[in-house]
Amino acid sequence: MSLRGQIAIAGVHEHPTRWAPDKSEFQIMAESARGALADCGLDLSDVDGLFAASMSMGAMGIVSLAEYLNLKPRYLDGTNIGGSSFVSHVTHAAAAIHAGLCDVALVLYGSTAASNRLAIGTGLGGGRDASASFVSPYGLTTVGSYALIAQRHMHEYGTTSEQLAEIAVTMRRHAGLNPAAKMRAPIDVQDVLDSRMISDPLHLLDCCIISDGGGAVVVTSTERARDLAKPVVRIEGCGEAVCHPEIARPDLLKIAANQSSEQAFRMSGVTHDDIDLCTIYDSFTITVLVTLENLGFCKRGEGGSFVEGGRIGLGGELPINPDGGGLSSNHPGMRGIFLVIEAVHQLRDECAERQVAGARTALVHGTGGTLGVAHSGATLILARD
Amino acid sequence: MAKEVKHPERLMAKEIRHPQPTFDEETRAYWEGAARGEVVLQRCRECGTIQHRPRALCVSCFSDSIEHFVASGRGQVHTFTVTRQNQAPPFREACPYVLAYVELEEGPRLLTNIVACDPETVRIGMPVQVDFAPSENGLAVPRFRPA
Repeated sequence: MSLRGQIAIAGVHEHPTRWAPDKSEFQIMAESARGALADCGLDLSDVDGLFAASMSMGAMGIVSLAEYLNLKPRYLDGTNIGGSSFVSHVTHAAAAIHAGLCDVALVLYGSTAASNRLAIGTGLGGGRDASASFVSPYGLTTVGSYALIAQRHMHEYGTTSEQLAEIAVTMRRHAGLNPAAKMRAPIDVQDVLDSRMISDPLHLLDCCIISDGGGAVVVTSTERARDLAKPVVRIEGCGEAVCHPEIARPDLLKIAANQSSEQAFRMSGVTHDDIDLCTIYDSFTITVLVTLENLGFCKRGEGGSFVEGGRIGLGGELPINPDGGGLSSNHPGMRGIFLVIEAVHQLRDECAERQVAGARTALVHGTGGTLGVAHSGATLILARD
Repeated sequence: MAKEVKHPERLMAKEIRHPQPTFDEETRAYWEGAARGEVVLQRCRECGTIQHRPRALCVSCFSDSIEHFVASGRGQVHTFTVTRQNQAPPFREACPYVLAYVELEEGPRLLTNIVACDPETVRIGMPVQVDFAPSENGLAVPRFRPA
């Protein structure tokens, strides 16, 4: 039996920090947990399922986190599939609650990527083991792998740098309406084109920022959520997928979102026309463009024209990332949890100036790893009760 | 604005000091081939699928009947990027360098570098030929140059 509609997101909290050299990852997670539990009127003693990932939590990290929180959950999940992990955690939590394995799940993320001076996009090398040896000799950067996708998209469909820039400009405009966003000063298309080239065709302003930050999400049954403090946001559909482009003759522009969203739409019974807004992983402008195509909001190759003319801005047909996204609000390395948090705030009508009027249904899509090489995708379709 | 006139020698990409590859039993044939100056690919004896990266089983039919063969070393640029910023050594010193997927005549695509040319002249569809950089551990790193 499908879990559609039976599981809900009851509480959320985005840690307000963008720069926290004085805090640890676990501290940011714990403070976020306190915020999300207070948001829905629960406390830590209600939590019996714990889900978390970060860039430094290893295999035993979830156990250490439980110790830090003095929590003895009966269900644990430290799945790490990159930046989409937390979108995936919400799906896994929903499944666990639906199966009776836990009742109240806490999904946590914390990171001090910026204050640790982590060169996420242009510095992390591959490992030295046998499987990494097909990549590590060649100087693949995170930006570089997305640039491979962008260059191919431009070649096949004539997509332009101006069209990619439109995405960065829109996210910055949204960030200007979000008091917590890190980068709020308006930019225009020319500013993006004039910013220095990092890895052709991606300019500096085509790339996400690096910040500290974290957040928390509380998942429980819809029935229980209805007794809690905030309007209920139901999980209508969910799906996840992986994509690995290096076997035989892969299609670099068909990404994991294609499979994960197909599953989520099928489960939900919702159509694309029903979606009032999207929160989409925006590690780079090209990420948004190919994700929109693979989610089915436009045909393959039409992403460039789709993002033009204000369609993805507030007041447009399909607003994307009203919080300003990873391009302008925050990106502590694995951004997926903020996609869930913003979608929930929007569906509860809590977003003041950046509110999408009358939002009832939202699609959340996280990408983890790197497009262009192996990556994951996780999709949620959420609806206001 | 007048375009900057570059000295012809400056147009050639700098040499990339590739980190040394290592291998295990599943990837031994590929890297030993590279050390001999050959691109070695896998083919399934059951269904004929040609695959890369090397592994113990066929990605198409899951058979374990895998053979190796020497590919032509010819291909074309499927996609590329000129990397202008990489803070990790030794690539910091090699910028700008070309990262690419090269589609081999036999089908598989290799993540690699395009060398021995001005990075600005690399284009999708450009014919390329394999070129090997010997590494200190006795192996060699396959990369490609314009054909």
